[in-house]
Amino acid sequence: MTSVSASADRNKQVWNVIVWLLLLTMPYWMPLTGGYTALASRVLVLALAAMALNFLLGFTGVLSFGHAAYFGLGAYGVGMTIKYLVPSTGLGIIVGILIGTLAAALIGALIVKLRGVYFAMVTIAFGQVFYFIAFRWNSVTGGDDGLSGWRRVPIDLGFTQIDILGNDKAFYYLVLFCFALSAGAMAFILKSPFGRTLLAIRENERRARFLGIPVERHIWLSFVISCFFVSLAGALYALLNNFTDPRALRWDQSGNFVIMAVLGGMRSFWGPLIGAVIFVVLQDYVSTQTEYWMSIIGIFFMAVVLFFPRGVLGMLKRKRAA
Amino acid sequence: MTTLILFNIFNGLIVGAFYALMALGLSLILNLSGVINFAHGGFLALGGYFAYMLIPVIGFWGALLVAPALVAVLGLIIERILIRRIYGRDPLYGLLLTFGLAFVLQDATRYFWGAQSLPYQIPTVLASPLSSQFFFLTGYRLFMIAIVAIAVIGLFLILNRTRLGMRIRAGTLDLDTVSALGVNVRLLRNVNFALGIFLAGLAGVLAAGMLGLQPTIGDSLIMPSFVAIIVGGLGSLPGTLLGGLLIGVASGLTTVIFPSATEAVMYVMMGLVLLLRPRGLLGEEGRLQ
Repeated sequence: MTSVSASADRNKQVWNVIVWLLLLTMPYWMPLTGGYTALASRVLVLALAAMALNFLLGFTGVLSFGHAAYFGLGAYGVGMTIKYLVPSTGLGIIVGILIGTLAAALIGALIVKLRGVYFAMVTIAFGQVFYFIAFRWNSVTGGDDGLSGWRRVPIDLGFTQIDILGNDKAFYYLVLFCFALSAGAMAFILKSPFGRTLLAIRENERRARFLGIPVERHIWLSFVISCFFVSLAGALYALLNNFTDPRALRWDQSGNFVIMAVLGGMRSFWGPLIGAVIFVVLQDYVSTQTEYWMSIIGIFFMAVVLFFPRGVLGMLKRKRAA
Repeated sequence: MTTLILFNIFNGLIVGAFYALMALGLSLILNLSGVINFAHGGFLALGGYFAYMLIPVIGFWGALLVAPALVAVLGLIIERILIRRIYGRDPLYGLLLTFGLAFVLQDATRYFWGAQSLPYQIPTVLASPLSSQFFFLTGYRLFMIAIVAIAVIGLFLILNRTRLGMRIRAGTLDLDTVSALGVNVRLLRNVNFALGIFLAGLAGVLAAGMLGLQPTIGDSLIMPSFVAIIVGGLGSLPGTLLGGLLIGVASGLTTVIFPSATEAVMYVMMGLVLLLRPRGLLGEEGRLQ
């Protein structure tokens, strides 16, 4: 028993090292495979969003199909801060995170009592509120055309300046820095007693309740934490594009996050990252190949559900166990 | 001013009738099979396009019945091939599957009929206003309300007066027992799915004359339908009907006072309902919470 878990731990360590090495060097090997630095940044940003969603979906067992709302709020938060208030990337990110997290805290309080399919449906519906606000509030958000006319601002550290605007690789490393902090924080939370309690709720909510665990409060907190990281991802996504539009908030974006988590394997910490790599690269490729890329993505969704419901890592794990 | 308010209430009622028709179909499927059908808007669009093809051949009145029936047949087939595979699994998979299906349906309509809005004939009898003061009371609008009312009454008659309806209602409460009593549950869910899709197709035939026929016609209707179900109470069909009409009229009224909030108002209502009465207006306590 101990030797098995020790070797599993060593395996985990090895995988962690491999993942971080690949991510650290991504801008250098990505062009060799036909990609480009901005695509690497996009993979990483969306992976962060999918991992944040999976904090709730895979590790608390609660399905939100409306995470794009908080992603989009982060995006609009950073864009509007830079455009209307202060030309500061750091401050913009903070505002984006604050807005997204605050909205999640309020909406979360309304919905934590709901379960299963009902919870999912309410998150879908609430997800659309912000879409309509962004769509309708033309004078401020730019409406359907999106929020443009602003750009990310180089970060001034006092002793030196990081040119994230002109240098794609510098921006990639900013994203990687945020990603590493977030992944570390999420892993830390999941290892803490609080994180273990979330797993207990996922496995058997009734039993957790009988043990005296305040289930609603835990789910609410998990929802808010998850949305905190999703808003950060949204803010980075807007910075990456120097632009954001209502589609960042729409339900198909939420669906994309869920499919990334499922595709990679939602019971694994790194699963959503793998899902994001596959999905983003596929979408990037397909949308340049055919006008009817939507149906290919749609068929891909159905194929994942019917043939790979456990995701890539889930299948590997199962094979190893067999 | 009174005319304006009446106009918007009436408009809201029509839109609400669409929401209700669509939400009733969604509810039927959700209640019996536990699947949230994201592709409902795609089926609605197909209803409109089938009618567009059929009108020159069999006329509007024929198309009104045949187009939804054809969509329902398609629903029967798709349920057999795809939807049935995810029954009993985590709701997550149903959402993702129908989500993908929605993409495919929308692309398919775009492929066959193009992305542009198509001209859609409604019978001239129905197109002219009935009164000069209340210019908005065109025959077509009254007619739409009438058809929705007939469809809703028909649905409730089927549910309350026929053996099939009794089985659907019983299955909503306890599918295992219904199965143990010798009802073919697979067939029941199949037919029930098609019934829900028929309503979507019918909504499509009617909506095409009002909203314009294009592949994304269902997009603006599906989210309000979710809201209608939540406001009315999950698991209750009368609740869904009430919810649809209520949010339709509320958005209609908001258009007069504060046009930018037309969509937002239904979400405010949903928030209030969840805060004050989480099971929805007519939902049963403890069910599906």
